[in-house]
Amino acid sequence: MKSFAYVSARDVPTAVSAIAGSPNAKFLGGGTNLVDLMRGNIEQPDTIVDITRLPLTGVDLLPDGGVRIGALVRNSHLAAHPLIRSRYPVLSQAILLGASAQLRNMATVGGNLLQRTRCLYFYDTAAACNKRAPGSGCDAIGGFNRNHAILGVSDNCLATHPSDMCVALAMLDATVEVESTRGVRRIPMNEFHVLPGDTPHVETSLAADELVTAVELPSVAVAANSRYRKVRDRASYAFALVSVAAALEVTGTTVTQVRLALGGVSAKPWRATKAEEVLLGAPATEESFRQAAAAELAAATARPGNEFKIGLAERTIVAVLRELVTKGDAA
Amino acid sequence: MTALQQRTGSVGTPVDRVDGVAKTTGTARFSAEHTYPGLTYAAVVHATISRGRITAIDTTRAADIAGVIKVITPENAPPLKPAPRVSMLNMSSIVSGTSVNYLQDNEVHWDGQPVAVVVAETSEAAKEAAALVDVTYRTTESSVDFVTARLQAQVQKGNPLLPAGAKKGDAAAALAGAAVSVDAEYTTPPYNHNALEPHSTTAAWDGDRLTVHDATQSIGWFRTHLALRFGIPEANVRVIAPYVGGGFGGKAFVWPGTVLAALAARATGRPVRLTLTREGVYRTVGGRTPSIQRVALGATQDGKLTALIHQSVARVGRTGGMPEQITTQSRHLYAAENILLEQRAVEQDVLPTTSMRAPGESIGTFALESAIDELADVLGIDPIDLRMHNEPDRDPVDGKPFAHRMLREAYAEGARRFGWSARSPQPRSMNDGRWLVGMGVASAFHPLMLFTSNVTVRLSADGTVLVRCGFQEMGMGGATVQGQIAADALGVPFDAVRVEYGDSALPSAPMAGGSMQTASVANSILEACAKIRASLESLAKRSGAVGQAPKAVLAKAGVPHVEAAVGSDTRLGKVTGQMRMMRQVMRDRRYLRAATGAHFCEVRVDQDTGELRVSRWTSVFDVGRVINPKTAGSQLRGGIIMGIGMALAEETLFDPRTGRIMNPSLAEYHLPVHADIPAIDVSWLGDPDPTMPLGLLGLGEVGITGVAAAVANAVHHATGRRVRDLPITLDKLVP
Repeated sequence: MKSFAYVSARDVPTAVSAIAGSPNAKFLGGGTNLVDLMRGNIEQPDTIVDITRLPLTGVDLLPDGGVRIGALVRNSHLAAHPLIRSRYPVLSQAILLGASAQLRNMATVGGNLLQRTRCLYFYDTAAACNKRAPGSGCDAIGGFNRNHAILGVSDNCLATHPSDMCVALAMLDATVEVESTRGVRRIPMNEFHVLPGDTPHVETSLAADELVTAVELPSVAVAANSRYRKVRDRASYAFALVSVAAALEVTGTTVTQVRLALGGVSAKPWRATKAEEVLLGAPATEESFRQAAAAELAAATARPGNEFKIGLAERTIVAVLRELVTKGDAA
Repeated sequence: MTALQQRTGSVGTPVDRVDGVAKTTGTARFSAEHTYPGLTYAAVVHATISRGRITAIDTTRAADIAGVIKVITPENAPPLKPAPRVSMLNMSSIVSGTSVNYLQDNEVHWDGQPVAVVVAETSEAAKEAAALVDVTYRTTESSVDFVTARLQAQVQKGNPLLPAGAKKGDAAAALAGAAVSVDAEYTTPPYNHNALEPHSTTAAWDGDRLTVHDATQSIGWFRTHLALRFGIPEANVRVIAPYVGGGFGGKAFVWPGTVLAALAARATGRPVRLTLTREGVYRTVGGRTPSIQRVALGATQDGKLTALIHQSVARVGRTGGMPEQITTQSRHLYAAENILLEQRAVEQDVLPTTSMRAPGESIGTFALESAIDELADVLGIDPIDLRMHNEPDRDPVDGKPFAHRMLREAYAEGARRFGWSARSPQPRSMNDGRWLVGMGVASAFHPLMLFTSNVTVRLSADGTVLVRCGFQEMGMGGATVQGQIAADALGVPFDAVRVEYGDSALPSAPMAGGSMQTASVANSILEACAKIRASLESLAKRSGAVGQAPKAVLAKAGVPHVEAAVGSDTRLGKVTGQMRMMRQVMRDRRYLRAATGAHFCEVRVDQDTGELRVSRWTSVFDVGRVINPKTAGSQLRGGIIMGIGMALAEETLFDPRTGRIMNPSLAEYHLPVHADIPAIDVSWLGDPDPTMPLGLLGLGEVGITGVAAAVANAVHHATGRRVRDLPITLDKLVP
């Protein structure tokens, strides 16, 4: 780990001033990802601005029925919150399927948004990586690709976004509130993370001097019948090979509302809008689910080692929707 | 059993471990926790090429970091003598992990080899500086991809203790003429060691005397090795390791960290602590060889084996390594009329492979026991029935008698406990909702040797007993069971016995490996205790205390203590000890001695995603007499868990283009987590082996053998899919 300066901020204005004009400074929340990356010399900030004392820890009901979540709410706290468990079960499930209990106790909502990829080549400073060292190349191409992306892939980067929480937020159309010395900005969740293209080191639309202060969830009635399914290599404590966040409303035998997002398949939480289009108004049958999944995955591309993800994603989408139909019936 | 043993009866009871309180309260000090005045910290710089030469090392940036004391490179490293050539006449010569003479030249032999060491006032400064050492290389063409190198594999040479092949009859002809046959290739990936405690060494010089706190399974051989490398008398080296946080074979051999810590301490004149990072363990401590195995079986229609062929390819490093005895179990498990066993190995430019829990049988049983299951499936015979139909009366290849063999009883008891009769024979015929359910079995097998050990035992007038022996305790419960054995042998309560271990200043013991430590040390303790009992008897006669307790005898005789020694660490004692061991080894070759067992596994496979869960486990072992059910159960369960790791998840990813390990961390190298492990029902038959001290058979390794096959067999039963390539990840099962 490289030596760094440490600053502790007590309020948001101090925090954002501390980082303004210091392009190589980083905010420290739970530290569950950043500190690991610093130990591996992948992140090498000059300055750390500790924001853990900022008053951004509320989970509050909004007048319009939505919920505002402070950026420093710990993952475990959010997952256990009654508002989240009752109105957005998908979010609670997604968080609880991530990391371990100890990590969830430390990790913050803001930090979870900014998790970095688990690509083996990103983590190895001896390997070429366009994300870690822009322009150096991508040793993942031609290497181990089992965990890599199949949607929105570029020739410069195969990495996936590792968060579970973000997949649920993408499905829920959350909004991310950010602040800098220039003011406050609201970014729709589905525009917060960006695809790699020619600049895989740019992972979000957040500017270097902006602080995530809150995440807002709109009121989403259909989310009461929602589910997060994570498919991975161990029963616990592993990143998703494929994950599915879904919410479904069936009236009679017809799909009247549906939301679907995928994790483990792209550099961003993947909102499955094509599948949603196919499903909306379609009969709630296994056949429709398969067609919808196939429509979403039609654009998928694979490398040797991650071909299985395409079929796995399709089958997991079908399995989750099938389960929501059954669950919806029971309710 | 003597009257004395009956009186205390410690053997066979689940005594709590003597080191349990110290470990759970954090007072036990491991190798990285010994401090010295002026202690410094070292960090290793690893090569990033698999073969070639260092052309330049620039240490300027590293040296500029505050707190850095010295950057040691091949340009300024103190001299080190080369590792000894391996010779069976000098057993300690096998303890070199690699033959590389670290920091003595510019050659690079594997990706990850240490090329420099930074010593600093703090661990943080050392690590920061290590990342700033700039090394340039000239690379040479290397061989790193195991799959493509298999054709270059050479036939492994065996030795009298570890035969590397066997031939009985004409197996190829018998296979060709068999009514029913299976013939398939099985593959297992490389595995890395992941003991809870990373390898750590604290080294301090006092003139030409060296003290080393090291996480080692092999105190005595480490001492010999270090004395040789630094050109000092063995008596000048002390290796101390009372607590070792897991070994599994990964701490049996001397890896670079141990030597470099002592070298760095010599170079700086300061005590040095070198604790490997987890990545450092992956890059500098050998792992298990990958394997490609062919098993071909021929049988009659009613399931009598006529041919058994098992051929394996393993790898070693160009600078050393362990190819494993992959076909060993195939020599002993089945009464086939014709048997052909062949082991090959290929040398590659990778970190030398090393021993890992049940080297050979862990991966060898995966292939053999999967193939037996495949044959049972083709024949339409229950897999247990097929095994029992071919259970031999004598060792199949050379006809030696078995010292002890109760595999039939193990299967019968296991089937009862597990509920095998509820299994419907057809694959893909059982389910629980969306989960496909399957049940599988496999045999466990691990051959056992007995070494010799030096020991002293002292019985004092206050009734206490002191056992002194330089054996190793990596968490197995060795100190506890040896105390139980001594207590019973002298007729004193368990609490009256103190066992000193883990220090090369104590009477020397063999390395902890091959499941031989407990029996080897117990043998000598029993002998020493018998001597003490004889002394007590004559004292009792002389002082008129016949029939009285030991304490009373000593009081009456006015003697402070009686002490007995077995073996000696003098020059003459060593020669005599070597001869004693050779005699014992030759004597033991008259029969086949092994621990065996029967594993029963139930799995669930998700029909949508291929996710695999092990849902139930039962194993019944024949491990002779069990000294302590608590520590024994823990050892056997631990082996099974490690085997489930092999079956489900573990795999070291060597990039085939570069030979570099790409998942050197616990985040990306998947060990099973708690949620992957069901309740494990282990039991043992308890019948003593007549050829072993107290009838005990070592049980550190047998647990892992057969496990991966039991899982693969259950997966086949659940899904109809036969996975012959470990680990059984969901991509191999997703429809």
